[in-house]
Amino acid sequence: MKQLITIFALTTLLCFSGFSSAEETVTTVTETVTAVTAPAVAEAPAPAPVMTMNKGDMAWMIVATVLVILMVIPGLALFYGGMVRSKNMLSILMQVFVIFSMMAVLWAVYGYSVAFTEGTPFFGGFSKLFLVGITPDSLAATFSKGAYVPEYIYVAFQLTFAAITPALIIGSFAERVKFSAILLFMLIWFTFAYLPMAHMVWYWAGPDAYTDAAAGEKALATAGFLFQKGALDFAGGTVVHINAGIAGLIGCLMVGKRIGFNKESLAPHSVTMTMVGASLLWVGWFGFNVGSNLEANGLAALVFVNTLLASAAATLSWMGAEWLIRGKPSMLGAASGAIAGLVAITPACGWAGPMGSIFLGLVVGAVCFWSVTGLKSLLGYDDSLDAFGVHGVGGIIGALGTAVVANPALGGTGVWDYVTNGVAEYNFVAQLTSQAWGVAVALVWSGLVSFIAFKLVDMLIGLRVPEDAEREGLDIAEHGESAYHY
Amino acid sequence: MKLITAIIKPFKLDDVREALSEVGVSGVTVTEVKGFGRQKGHTELYRGAEYVVDFLPKAKIEVAVGEALVDQAVEAITKAANTGKIGDGKIFVTTLEQVVRIRTGETGDEAL
Repeated sequence: MKQLITIFALTTLLCFSGFSSAEETVTTVTETVTAVTAPAVAEAPAPAPVMTMNKGDMAWMIVATVLVILMVIPGLALFYGGMVRSKNMLSILMQVFVIFSMMAVLWAVYGYSVAFTEGTPFFGGFSKLFLVGITPDSLAATFSKGAYVPEYIYVAFQLTFAAITPALIIGSFAERVKFSAILLFMLIWFTFAYLPMAHMVWYWAGPDAYTDAAAGEKALATAGFLFQKGALDFAGGTVVHINAGIAGLIGCLMVGKRIGFNKESLAPHSVTMTMVGASLLWVGWFGFNVGSNLEANGLAALVFVNTLLASAAATLSWMGAEWLIRGKPSMLGAASGAIAGLVAITPACGWAGPMGSIFLGLVVGAVCFWSVTGLKSLLGYDDSLDAFGVHGVGGIIGALGTAVVANPALGGTGVWDYVTNGVAEYNFVAQLTSQAWGVAVALVWSGLVSFIAFKLVDMLIGLRVPEDAEREGLDIAEHGESAYHY
Repeated sequence: MKLITAIIKPFKLDDVREALSEVGVSGVTVTEVKGFGRQKGHTELYRGAEYVVDFLPKAKIEVAVGEALVDQAVEAITKAANTGKIGDGKIFVTTLEQVVRIRTGETGDEAL
Protein backbone atom coordinates (compact mmCIF):
# COMPACT_ATOMS: atom_id res chain seq x y z
CA MET A 1 0.00 0.00 0.00
CA LYS A 2 2.83 2.36 0.92
CA GLN A 3 4.45 1.65 -2.43
CA LEU A 4 1.16 2.24 -4.15
CA ILE A 5 0.81 5.61 -2.45
CA THR A 6 4.35 6.53 -3.41
CA ILE A 7 3.66 5.57 -7.01
CA PHE A 8 0.52 7.67 -6.97
CA ALA A 9 2.31 10.55 -5.36
CA LEU A 10 4.97 10.36 -8.03
CA THR A 11 2.48 10.04 -10.88
CA THR A 12 0.46 12.97 -9.61
CA LEU A 13 3.58 15.03 -9.20
CA LEU A 14 4.76 14.06 -12.67
CA CYS A 15 1.41 14.95 -14.19
CA PHE A 16 1.49 18.23 -12.44
CA SER A 17 5.02 19.10 -13.28
CA GLY A 18 4.02 18.08 -16.82
CA PHE A 19 1.23 20.52 -17.16
CA SER A 20 2.84 23.28 -15.21
CA SER A 21 5.88 23.07 -17.44
CA ALA A 22 3.56 23.41 -20.42
CA GLU A 23 2.37 26.65 -18.91
CA GLU A 24 5.87 27.69 -18.22
CA THR A 25 6.90 27.03 -21.81
CA VAL A 26 4.72 29.91 -22.89
CA THR A 27 6.31 32.18 -20.33
CA THR A 28 9.77 30.97 -21.24
CA VAL A 29 9.24 31.85 -24.89
CA THR A 30 8.31 35.41 -23.98
CA GLU A 31 11.24 35.61 -21.66
CA THR A 32 13.61 34.38 -24.34
CA VAL A 33 12.36 37.11 -26.64
CA THR A 34 12.95 39.63 -23.88
CA ALA A 35 16.38 38.23 -23.29
CA VAL A 36 17.24 38.52 -26.98
CA THR A 37 16.04 42.09 -27.26
CA ALA A 38 17.61 43.16 -24.01
CA PRO A 39 20.65 40.99 -23.42
CA ALA A 40 22.28 43.58 -21.18
CA VAL A 41 19.62 43.14 -18.47
CA ALA A 42 20.41 39.90 -16.70
CA GLU A 43 17.31 39.80 -14.49
CA ALA A 44 14.72 41.44 -16.67
CA PRO A 45 11.40 41.64 -14.78
CA ALA A 46 8.86 39.25 -16.29
CA PRO A 47 6.37 41.19 -18.40
CA ALA A 48 2.94 41.51 -16.81
CA PRO A 49 0.81 38.68 -18.22
CA VAL A 50 -1.88 39.72 -20.64
CA MET A 51 -5.39 39.28 -19.28
CA THR A 52 -7.04 36.79 -21.58
CA MET A 53 -10.45 35.20 -21.58
CA ASN A 54 -10.67 31.66 -22.90
CA LYS A 55 -13.93 30.68 -24.58
CA GLY A 56 -13.53 27.10 -23.35
CA ASP A 57 -13.30 28.27 -19.74
CA MET A 58 -16.30 30.50 -20.28
CA ALA A 59 -18.38 27.70 -21.79
CA TRP A 60 -17.49 25.39 -18.92
CA MET A 61 -18.43 28.01 -16.33
CA ILE A 62 -21.88 28.42 -17.87
CA VAL A 63 -22.41 24.67 -17.68
CA ALA A 64 -21.01 24.49 -14.14
CA THR A 65 -23.31 27.28 -12.96
CA VAL A 66 -26.35 25.54 -14.41
CA LEU A 67 -25.26 22.30 -12.74
CA VAL A 68 -25.16 23.98 -9.33
CA ILE A 69 -28.66 25.34 -9.93
CA LEU A 70 -29.68 21.75 -10.67
CA MET A 71 -28.29 20.78 -7.25
CA VAL A 72 -30.57 23.22 -5.45
CA ILE A 73 -33.76 23.04 -7.46
CA PRO A 74 -34.72 20.25 -7.82
CA GLY A 75 -31.82 18.25 -6.28
CA LEU A 76 -31.75 19.43 -2.69
CA ALA A 77 -35.50 20.03 -2.65
CA LEU A 78 -36.23 16.41 -3.60
CA PHE A 79 -33.46 14.99 -1.40
CA TYR A 80 -34.93 16.75 1.63
CA GLY A 81 -38.55 16.48 0.47
CA GLY A 82 -38.47 12.70 0.30
CA MET A 83 -37.31 12.53 3.90
CA VAL A 84 -40.25 14.39 5.44
CA ARG A 85 -43.78 13.13 5.94
CA SER A 86 -46.07 13.64 2.96
CA LYS A 87 -48.00 16.39 4.78
CA ASN A 88 -44.85 18.55 4.79
CA MET A 89 -43.55 17.81 1.30
CA LEU A 90 -44.53 21.13 -0.27
CA SER A 91 -43.17 23.12 2.65
CA ILE A 92 -39.70 21.75 1.91
CA LEU A 93 -39.97 22.26 -1.85
CA MET A 94 -41.24 25.77 -1.26
CA GLN A 95 -38.55 26.70 1.27
CA VAL A 96 -35.74 25.57 -1.02
CA PHE A 97 -37.31 27.18 -4.10
CA VAL A 98 -37.94 30.53 -2.44
CA ILE A 99 -34.67 30.69 -0.51
CA PHE A 100 -32.90 30.11 -3.82
CA SER A 101 -34.77 32.98 -5.46
CA MET A 102 -34.36 35.32 -2.51
CA MET A 103 -30.61 34.73 -2.23
CA ALA A 104 -30.21 35.27 -5.96
CA VAL A 105 -31.67 38.75 -5.70
CA LEU A 106 -29.82 39.62 -2.49
CA TRP A 107 -26.60 38.43 -4.09
CA ALA A 108 -26.94 40.90 -6.91
CA VAL A 109 -28.05 43.74 -4.63
CA TYR A 110 -25.22 43.54 -2.06
CA GLY A 111 -24.03 39.96 -1.59
CA TYR A 112 -21.47 39.85 -4.36
CA SER A 113 -19.97 43.16 -3.36
CA VAL A 114 -19.70 42.29 0.34
CA ALA A 115 -18.18 38.89 -0.40
CA PHE A 116 -15.93 39.60 -3.34
CA THR A 117 -14.56 43.11 -3.20
CA GLU A 118 -11.65 44.40 -1.17
CA GLY A 119 -12.51 45.60 2.31
CA THR A 120 -11.50 44.38 5.75
CA PRO A 121 -10.31 40.78 6.19
CA PHE A 122 -13.85 39.92 7.38
CA PHE A 123 -16.19 41.90 5.14
CA GLY A 124 -15.75 43.13 1.61
CA GLY A 125 -16.67 46.60 0.49
CA PHE A 126 -19.66 48.19 -1.17
CA SER A 127 -18.01 49.16 -4.43
CA LYS A 128 -20.05 46.69 -6.48
CA LEU A 129 -23.46 47.14 -4.83
CA PHE A 130 -26.20 46.43 -7.41
CA LEU A 131 -23.38 44.96 -9.53
CA VAL A 132 -22.47 48.48 -10.46
CA GLY A 133 -19.53 48.83 -12.82
CA ILE A 134 -19.65 45.27 -14.08
CA THR A 135 -19.94 45.06 -17.86
CA PRO A 136 -19.73 42.19 -20.37
CA ASP A 137 -16.04 43.10 -20.67
CA SER A 138 -15.30 42.89 -16.93
CA LEU A 139 -13.03 40.02 -16.02
CA ALA A 140 -12.58 37.95 -12.86
CA ALA A 141 -9.33 36.20 -11.97
CA THR A 142 -8.96 32.42 -12.03
CA PHE A 143 -6.15 30.39 -10.50
CA SER A 144 -3.75 30.77 -13.42
CA LYS A 145 -1.82 33.91 -14.15
CA GLY A 146 -3.20 35.77 -17.09
CA ALA A 147 -6.33 33.60 -17.34
CA TYR A 148 -9.64 35.31 -16.66
CA VAL A 149 -13.34 34.58 -16.96
CA PRO A 150 -16.05 37.17 -17.59
CA GLU A 151 -17.05 38.66 -14.25
CA TYR A 152 -20.76 38.16 -14.92
CA ILE A 153 -20.38 34.39 -15.01
CA TYR A 154 -18.28 34.54 -11.83
CA VAL A 155 -21.10 36.54 -10.21
CA ALA A 156 -23.64 33.95 -11.33
CA PHE A 157 -21.52 30.97 -10.31
CA GLN A 158 -20.91 32.38 -6.85
CA LEU A 159 -24.59 33.30 -6.63
CA THR A 160 -25.54 29.63 -6.81
CA PHE A 161 -23.25 28.89 -3.84
CA ALA A 162 -24.80 31.70 -1.84
CA ALA A 163 -28.22 30.28 -2.72
CA ILE A 164 -27.64 26.63 -1.86
CA THR A 165 -25.96 27.23 1.50
CA PRO A 166 -28.93 28.76 3.34
CA ALA A 167 -31.18 26.14 1.76
CA LEU A 168 -29.09 23.38 3.37
CA ILE A 169 -29.91 24.72 6.84
CA ILE A 170 -33.66 24.06 6.62
CA GLY A 171 -33.06 20.31 6.91
CA SER A 172 -32.34 20.68 10.61
CA PHE A 173 -35.66 22.15 11.60
CA ALA A 174 -37.90 20.79 8.87
CA GLU A 175 -41.59 20.11 9.53
CA ARG A 176 -42.13 22.67 12.31
CA VAL A 177 -40.95 26.20 11.48
CA LYS A 178 -42.97 29.11 10.07
CA PHE A 179 -42.22 29.97 6.46
CA SER A 180 -41.98 33.68 7.31
CA ALA A 181 -39.56 32.94 10.16
CA ILE A 182 -37.33 30.96 7.80
CA LEU A 183 -37.18 33.79 5.26
CA LEU A 184 -36.33 36.40 7.88
CA PHE A 185 -33.71 34.15 9.44
CA MET A 186 -32.13 33.51 6.06
CA LEU A 187 -31.92 37.22 5.31
CA ILE A 188 -29.97 37.82 8.55
CA TRP A 189 -27.85 34.70 8.29
CA PHE A 190 -26.93 35.29 4.64
CA THR A 191 -25.81 38.83 5.42
CA PHE A 192 -23.86 38.23 8.61
CA ALA A 193 -22.69 34.61 8.30
CA TYR A 194 -22.50 33.58 4.65
CA LEU A 195 -21.06 36.76 3.16
CA PRO A 196 -18.26 37.26 5.72
CA MET A 197 -17.34 33.56 5.59
CA ALA A 198 -17.15 33.66 1.79
CA HIS A 199 -15.04 36.82 2.01
CA MET A 200 -12.75 35.42 4.71
CA VAL A 201 -12.08 32.19 2.82
CA TRP A 202 -12.18 33.10 -0.85
CA TYR A 203 -11.44 36.75 -1.39
CA TRP A 204 -7.97 37.41 -2.75
CA ALA A 205 -6.39 39.73 -5.26
CA GLY A 206 -5.92 36.98 -7.85
CA PRO A 207 -2.73 35.28 -9.04
CA ASP A 208 -1.47 38.15 -11.18
CA ALA A 209 -0.91 40.27 -8.07
CA TYR A 210 1.76 37.84 -6.92
CA THR A 211 4.59 39.05 -9.16
CA ASP A 212 7.33 38.84 -6.53
CA ALA A 213 7.68 38.24 -2.80
CA ALA A 214 7.01 41.85 -1.81
CA ALA A 215 4.03 42.21 -4.12
CA GLY A 216 2.79 38.84 -2.92
CA GLU A 217 2.87 39.95 0.69
CA LYS A 218 1.10 43.16 -0.17
CA ALA A 219 -1.57 41.24 -2.12
CA LEU A 220 -2.02 38.72 0.67
CA ALA A 221 -2.70 41.51 3.16
CA THR A 222 -5.79 42.47 1.15
CA ALA A 223 -7.17 38.91 1.15
CA GLY A 224 -9.80 37.46 3.46
CA PHE A 225 -8.89 36.52 7.02
CA LEU A 226 -8.84 32.74 6.53
CA PHE A 227 -7.17 33.05 3.13
CA GLN A 228 -4.36 34.88 4.93
CA LYS A 229 -4.27 32.10 7.50
CA GLY A 230 -3.62 29.69 4.64
CA ALA A 231 -6.84 27.71 5.13
CA LEU A 232 -7.57 25.68 2.00
CA ASP A 233 -11.17 25.41 0.90
CA PHE A 234 -11.46 24.62 -2.78
CA ALA A 235 -15.23 24.59 -3.24
CA GLY A 236 -16.77 25.48 0.09
CA GLY A 237 -16.22 22.96 2.89
CA THR A 238 -16.13 25.73 5.47
CA VAL A 239 -18.08 28.44 3.63
CA VAL A 240 -20.93 26.15 2.60
CA HIS A 241 -21.03 22.99 4.66
CA ILE A 242 -19.67 23.75 8.14
CA ASN A 243 -21.30 27.17 7.91
CA ALA A 244 -24.74 25.69 7.13
CA GLY A 245 -24.28 22.63 9.35
CA ILE A 246 -23.64 24.56 12.54
CA ALA A 247 -26.46 26.97 11.75
CA GLY A 248 -28.71 23.93 11.44
CA LEU A 249 -27.57 22.52 14.77
CA ILE A 250 -28.21 25.81 16.55
CA GLY A 251 -31.57 25.95 14.76
CA CYS A 252 -32.81 22.54 15.80
CA LEU A 253 -31.68 23.16 19.38
CA MET A 254 -33.49 26.50 19.56
CA VAL A 255 -36.62 25.45 17.69
CA GLY A 256 -37.02 22.24 19.65
CA LYS A 257 -38.04 18.76 18.66
CA ARG A 258 -40.92 17.85 16.40
CA ILE A 259 -44.13 16.77 18.10
CA GLY A 260 -43.96 13.01 18.39
CA PHE A 261 -40.16 12.82 18.11
CA ASN A 262 -39.13 9.34 19.27
CA LYS A 263 -42.80 8.50 19.89
CA GLU A 264 -44.66 8.59 16.58
CA SER A 265 -43.48 7.44 13.19
CA LEU A 266 -41.70 10.34 11.47
CA ALA A 267 -40.46 8.10 8.67
CA PRO A 268 -39.55 9.54 5.24
CA HIS A 269 -42.54 9.56 2.91
CA SER A 270 -40.55 8.70 -0.20
CA VAL A 271 -37.02 7.39 -0.17
CA THR A 272 -37.44 7.18 -3.96
CA MET A 273 -37.55 10.99 -4.17
CA THR A 274 -34.61 11.19 -1.82
CA MET A 275 -32.60 8.93 -4.11
CA VAL A 276 -33.53 11.02 -7.14
CA GLY A 277 -32.59 14.18 -5.24
CA ALA A 278 -29.30 12.72 -4.05
CA SER A 279 -28.46 11.71 -7.61
CA LEU A 280 -29.22 15.20 -8.91
CA LEU A 281 -27.04 16.60 -6.15
CA TRP A 282 -24.28 14.21 -7.11
CA VAL A 283 -24.44 15.18 -10.78
CA GLY A 284 -24.70 18.87 -9.94
CA TRP A 285 -21.74 18.63 -7.59
CA PHE A 286 -19.45 18.27 -10.60
CA GLY A 287 -20.44 21.82 -11.43
CA PHE A 288 -19.93 22.85 -7.83
CA ASN A 289 -16.45 21.34 -7.36
CA VAL A 290 -15.05 21.30 -10.89
CA GLY A 291 -16.56 24.70 -11.62
CA SER A 292 -14.73 26.07 -8.59
CA ASN A 293 -11.54 25.55 -10.59
CA LEU A 294 -12.85 28.35 -12.85
CA GLU A 295 -10.90 26.94 -15.79
CA ALA A 296 -11.37 23.92 -18.03
CA ASN A 297 -7.88 22.47 -17.64
CA GLY A 298 -6.04 19.46 -16.27
CA LEU A 299 -6.69 20.39 -12.66
CA ALA A 300 -10.40 20.46 -13.49
CA ALA A 301 -10.08 16.84 -14.62
CA LEU A 302 -8.39 15.91 -11.34
CA VAL A 303 -11.15 17.65 -9.37
CA PHE A 304 -13.72 15.72 -11.40
CA VAL A 305 -12.11 12.36 -10.64
CA ASN A 306 -11.67 13.24 -6.95
CA THR A 307 -15.33 14.25 -6.63
CA LEU A 308 -16.48 11.06 -8.30
CA LEU A 309 -14.29 8.74 -6.24
CA ALA A 310 -14.86 10.29 -2.82
CA SER A 311 -18.63 10.09 -3.13
CA ALA A 312 -18.55 6.52 -4.42
CA ALA A 313 -16.23 5.47 -1.58
CA ALA A 314 -18.41 7.20 1.02
CA THR A 315 -21.53 5.47 -0.35
CA LEU A 316 -19.85 2.10 0.15
CA SER A 317 -18.49 3.09 3.54
CA TRP A 318 -21.83 4.34 4.94
CA MET A 319 -23.60 1.29 3.53
CA GLY A 320 -20.97 -1.05 4.96
CA ALA A 321 -21.14 0.51 8.42
CA GLU A 322 -24.93 0.33 8.39
CA TRP A 323 -24.96 -3.24 7.14
CA LEU A 324 -22.52 -4.33 9.84
CA ILE A 325 -24.11 -2.46 12.73
CA ARG A 326 -27.81 -2.35 11.85
CA GLY A 327 -28.09 -5.53 9.83
CA LYS A 328 -29.43 -4.10 6.56
CA PRO A 329 -27.99 -1.82 3.86
CA SER A 330 -30.59 0.88 3.21
CA MET A 331 -31.21 3.10 0.19
CA LEU A 332 -31.48 6.14 2.45
CA GLY A 333 -28.11 5.18 3.91
CA ALA A 334 -26.47 4.83 0.50
CA ALA A 335 -27.86 8.18 -0.67
CA SER A 336 -26.74 9.85 2.57
CA GLY A 337 -23.29 8.32 2.17
CA ALA A 338 -22.90 9.78 -1.32
CA ILE A 339 -23.78 13.24 -0.01
CA ALA A 340 -21.39 12.87 2.94
CA GLY A 341 -18.60 11.96 0.52
CA LEU A 342 -19.36 14.96 -1.68
CA VAL A 343 -19.36 17.24 1.35
CA ALA A 344 -15.99 15.97 2.55
CA ILE A 345 -14.24 16.19 -0.81
CA THR A 346 -15.56 19.71 -1.46
CA PRO A 347 -12.75 21.57 0.34
CA ALA A 348 -10.11 19.03 -0.68
CA CYS A 349 -10.95 18.32 -4.32
CA GLY A 350 -8.36 20.65 -5.83
CA TRP A 351 -5.44 19.38 -3.74
CA ALA A 352 -6.15 15.67 -3.18
CA GLY A 353 -5.08 12.81 -5.40
CA PRO A 354 -7.54 10.11 -6.45
CA MET A 355 -6.45 7.67 -3.74
CA GLY A 356 -6.58 10.41 -1.13
CA SER A 357 -10.14 11.09 -2.24
CA ILE A 358 -11.13 7.46 -1.80
CA PHE A 359 -9.53 7.51 1.64
CA LEU A 360 -11.42 10.65 2.60
CA GLY A 361 -14.68 9.15 1.31
CA LEU A 362 -14.21 5.93 3.28
CA VAL A 363 -13.58 7.88 6.48
CA VAL A 364 -16.44 10.33 6.11
CA GLY A 365 -19.05 7.71 5.17
CA ALA A 366 -18.57 5.74 8.37
CA VAL A 367 -18.14 8.79 10.61
CA CYS A 368 -21.25 10.53 9.27
CA PHE A 369 -23.23 7.31 9.69
CA TRP A 370 -22.20 7.41 13.32
CA SER A 371 -23.00 11.11 13.65
CA VAL A 372 -26.60 10.74 12.44
CA THR A 373 -27.23 7.59 14.47
CA GLY A 374 -24.97 7.45 17.54
CA LEU A 375 -24.14 11.09 18.12
CA LYS A 376 -27.68 12.32 17.46
CA SER A 377 -29.35 9.88 19.82
CA LEU A 378 -26.59 10.46 22.40
CA LEU A 379 -27.22 14.20 22.48
CA GLY A 380 -30.96 13.92 21.80
CA TYR A 381 -31.44 16.83 19.38
CA ASP A 382 -33.94 16.57 16.53
CA ASP A 383 -31.88 17.45 13.44
CA SER A 384 -34.74 16.23 11.23
CA LEU A 385 -32.85 15.72 7.98
CA ASP A 386 -29.33 15.74 9.44
CA ALA A 387 -28.06 19.01 8.05
CA PHE A 388 -25.54 19.07 10.89
CA GLY A 389 -24.88 15.33 10.95
CA VAL A 390 -23.98 15.23 7.26
CA HIS A 391 -22.94 18.77 6.27
CA GLY A 392 -21.50 19.96 9.58
CA VAL A 393 -19.65 16.80 10.56
CA GLY A 394 -18.75 15.88 6.97
CA GLY A 395 -17.54 19.43 6.37
CA ILE A 396 -15.27 19.33 9.42
CA ILE A 397 -13.79 16.00 8.36
CA GLY A 398 -13.27 17.36 4.86
CA ALA A 399 -11.68 20.60 6.03
CA LEU A 400 -9.25 18.88 8.39
CA GLY A 401 -8.77 15.97 5.99
CA THR A 402 -7.69 18.43 3.30
CA ALA A 403 -4.44 18.88 5.23
CA VAL A 404 -3.86 15.13 5.00
CA VAL A 405 -4.79 14.46 1.39
CA ALA A 406 -3.18 17.63 0.00
CA ASN A 407 0.19 16.34 1.17
CA PRO A 408 2.31 15.56 -1.91
CA ALA A 409 3.80 12.63 0.00
CA LEU A 410 0.30 11.12 0.11
CA GLY A 411 -0.55 11.73 -3.52
CA GLY A 412 -1.83 15.29 -3.10
CA THR A 413 -0.83 18.18 -5.27
CA GLY A 414 0.63 20.33 -2.51
CA VAL A 415 -0.04 24.04 -2.42
CA TRP A 416 0.90 26.27 -5.31
CA ASP A 417 3.10 29.23 -4.57
CA TYR A 418 2.22 32.08 -6.91
CA VAL A 419 5.41 33.96 -6.11
CA THR A 420 7.84 31.20 -7.04
CA ASN A 421 5.37 29.69 -9.53
CA GLY A 422 5.92 26.22 -8.17
CA VAL A 423 4.58 23.84 -5.56
CA ALA A 424 5.56 25.11 -2.14
CA GLU A 425 7.23 22.86 0.40
CA TYR A 426 4.50 21.06 2.30
CA ASN A 427 4.25 21.42 6.05
CA PHE A 428 1.54 19.12 7.34
CA VAL A 429 1.29 20.52 10.86
CA ALA A 430 1.15 24.11 9.61
CA GLN A 431 -1.53 23.19 7.08
CA LEU A 432 -3.57 21.30 9.65
CA THR A 433 -3.39 24.36 11.91
CA SER A 434 -4.60 26.55 9.06
CA GLN A 435 -7.46 24.16 8.40
CA ALA A 436 -8.37 24.12 12.10
CA TRP A 437 -8.54 27.92 11.98
CA GLY A 438 -11.07 27.63 9.17
CA VAL A 439 -13.17 25.08 11.05
CA ALA A 440 -13.09 27.02 14.32
CA VAL A 441 -13.93 30.37 12.76
CA ALA A 442 -16.81 28.86 10.78
CA LEU A 443 -18.22 27.10 13.85
CA VAL A 444 -17.96 30.07 16.17
CA TRP A 445 -18.92 32.82 13.72
CA SER A 446 -21.82 31.05 12.10
CA GLY A 447 -22.92 29.56 15.42
CA LEU A 448 -23.03 32.97 17.03
CA VAL A 449 -24.79 34.69 14.13
CA SER A 450 -27.32 31.85 13.98
CA PHE A 451 -28.03 32.07 17.70
CA ILE A 452 -28.66 35.80 17.55
CA ALA A 453 -30.67 35.52 14.34
CA PHE A 454 -32.93 32.76 15.69
CA LYS A 455 -33.48 34.71 18.93
CA LEU A 456 -34.33 37.84 16.97
CA VAL A 457 -36.74 36.06 14.65
CA ASP A 458 -38.34 34.27 17.59
CA MET A 459 -38.97 37.62 19.29
CA LEU A 460 -40.26 39.30 16.16
CA ILE A 461 -42.51 36.65 14.58
CA GLY A 462 -41.97 33.39 16.47
CA LEU A 463 -40.13 30.40 15.08
CA ARG A 464 -42.60 27.56 15.40
CA VAL A 465 -46.00 27.02 13.90
CA PRO A 466 -48.83 26.33 16.42
CA GLU A 467 -49.21 22.74 17.55
CA ASP A 468 -52.34 22.01 15.55
CA ALA A 469 -50.70 23.40 12.41
CA GLU A 470 -47.75 21.08 12.94
CA ARG A 471 -50.10 18.13 13.31
CA GLU A 472 -52.06 19.09 10.24
CA GLY A 473 -48.87 19.51 8.26
CA LEU A 474 -47.18 22.65 6.98
CA ASP A 475 -48.45 22.13 3.43
CA ILE A 476 -52.04 22.91 4.37
CA ALA A 477 -51.31 25.14 7.37
CA GLU A 478 -48.63 27.35 5.78
CA HIS A 479 -49.15 27.05 2.05
CA GLY A 480 -52.80 26.08 1.61
CA GLU A 481 -52.19 23.16 -0.72
CA SER A 482 -51.28 19.50 -0.55
CA ALA A 483 -48.55 17.65 -2.38
CA TYR A 484 -50.55 14.57 -3.24
CA HIS A 485 -54.17 13.92 -4.09
CA TYR A 486 -55.00 10.29 -3.76
CA MET B 1 -78.25 -16.57 4.98
CA LYS B 2 -74.76 -15.95 6.25
CA LEU B 3 -72.13 -13.26 5.74
CA ILE B 4 -68.65 -14.69 5.46
CA THR B 5 -65.89 -12.16 6.19
CA ALA B 6 -62.40 -13.40 5.53
CA ILE B 7 -59.12 -11.62 6.21
CA ILE B 8 -56.46 -13.09 3.97
CA LYS B 9 -52.99 -12.43 2.63
CA PRO B 10 -53.29 -10.01 -0.31
CA PHE B 11 -51.43 -12.25 -2.75
CA LYS B 12 -53.94 -15.07 -2.12
CA LEU B 13 -56.86 -12.98 -3.34
CA ASP B 14 -57.01 -14.41 -6.85
CA ASP B 15 -56.80 -18.00 -5.63
CA VAL B 16 -59.63 -17.38 -3.18
CA ARG B 17 -61.82 -15.71 -5.80
CA GLU B 18 -61.35 -18.66 -8.17
CA ALA B 19 -62.07 -21.22 -5.44
CA LEU B 20 -65.27 -19.37 -4.52
CA SER B 21 -66.42 -19.25 -8.13
CA GLU B 22 -65.91 -23.00 -8.38
CA VAL B 23 -68.28 -23.70 -5.50
CA GLY B 24 -70.88 -21.42 -7.03
CA VAL B 25 -70.43 -18.10 -5.26
CA SER B 26 -71.44 -15.39 -7.69
CA GLY B 27 -70.04 -12.26 -6.06
CA VAL B 28 -67.64 -10.95 -3.43
CA THR B 29 -66.64 -7.55 -2.05
CA VAL B 30 -62.93 -6.90 -1.52
CA THR B 31 -61.33 -4.22 0.65
CA GLU B 32 -57.65 -3.50 1.24
CA VAL B 33 -57.20 -3.36 4.98
CA LYS B 34 -54.47 -3.24 7.60
CA GLY B 35 -54.34 -5.03 10.89
CA PHE B 36 -52.22 -6.77 13.42
CA GLY B 37 -52.38 -10.18 14.98
CA ARG B 38 -49.98 -12.96 15.78
CA GLN B 39 -47.87 -12.31 12.68
CA LYS B 40 -46.56 -9.04 14.21
CA GLY B 41 -45.13 -6.22 12.13
CA HIS B 42 -41.60 -5.34 11.15
CA THR B 43 -39.19 -2.56 12.03
CA GLU B 44 -37.99 0.11 9.63
CA LEU B 45 -34.77 2.01 10.17
CA TYR B 46 -34.19 5.50 8.81
CA ARG B 47 -30.76 6.88 9.66
CA GLY B 48 -30.92 5.28 13.07
CA ALA B 49 -34.54 6.18 13.82
CA GLU B 50 -36.37 2.92 14.36
CA TYR B 51 -40.06 2.68 13.57
CA VAL B 52 -42.12 -0.41 14.33
CA VAL B 53 -44.72 -1.05 11.66
CA ASP B 54 -47.46 -2.91 13.55
CA PHE B 55 -50.16 -2.89 10.94
CA LEU B 56 -49.70 -5.19 8.01
CA PRO B 57 -51.63 -5.02 4.77
CA LYS B 58 -54.33 -7.65 4.29
CA ALA B 59 -57.27 -8.22 1.94
CA LYS B 60 -60.75 -8.42 3.42
CA ILE B 61 -63.38 -10.30 1.39
CA GLU B 62 -67.04 -10.33 2.18
CA VAL B 63 -69.36 -12.97 0.74
CA ALA B 64 -73.06 -13.34 1.37
CA VAL B 65 -74.31 -16.90 0.79
CA GLY B 66 -77.39 -19.04 1.41
CA GLU B 67 -77.31 -21.69 4.17
CA ALA B 68 -76.62 -24.46 1.63
CA LEU B 69 -73.37 -22.90 0.45
CA VAL B 70 -71.84 -21.77 3.76
CA ASP B 71 -69.71 -24.80 4.53
CA GLN B 72 -68.46 -25.20 0.97
CA ALA B 73 -67.56 -21.53 0.74
CA VAL B 74 -65.71 -21.52 4.06
CA GLU B 75 -63.81 -24.62 3.04
CA ALA B 76 -62.94 -23.12 -0.34
CA ILE B 77 -61.49 -20.00 1.32
CA THR B 78 -59.62 -22.00 3.93
CA LYS B 79 -57.99 -24.17 1.30
CA ALA B 80 -57.18 -21.45 -1.15
CA ALA B 81 -55.79 -18.94 1.36
CA ASN B 82 -53.66 -21.41 3.28
CA THR B 83 -49.87 -21.15 3.17
CA GLY B 84 -49.27 -22.83 6.51
CA LYS B 85 -47.46 -19.77 7.90
CA ILE B 86 -48.48 -17.30 10.60
CA GLY B 87 -50.55 -14.49 9.09
CA ASP B 88 -52.79 -16.53 6.78
CA GLY B 89 -55.80 -14.78 8.28
CA LYS B 90 -59.20 -15.58 9.72
CA ILE B 91 -62.75 -16.25 8.61
CA PHE B 92 -65.78 -14.89 10.45
CA VAL B 93 -69.29 -16.16 9.76
CA THR B 94 -72.24 -14.08 10.88
CA THR B 95 -75.97 -14.39 10.40
CA LEU B 96 -77.51 -12.13 7.79
CA GLU B 97 -80.97 -10.79 8.51
CA GLN B 98 -81.86 -9.35 5.18
CA VAL B 99 -80.48 -8.92 1.68
CA VAL B 100 -81.96 -6.60 -0.95
CA ARG B 101 -80.98 -6.37 -4.61
CA ILE B 102 -81.25 -2.66 -5.28
CA ARG B 103 -82.09 -2.85 -9.00
CA THR B 104 -85.12 -5.18 -8.71
CA GLY B 105 -86.09 -4.91 -5.07
CA GLU B 106 -85.78 -8.72 -4.65
CA THR B 107 -85.12 -9.78 -1.06
CA GLY B 108 -83.76 -12.76 0.83
CA ASP B 109 -82.24 -15.77 -0.99
CA GLU B 110 -83.42 -14.44 -4.35
CA ALA B 111 -81.25 -11.39 -3.93
CA LEU B 112 -78.05 -13.40 -3.38
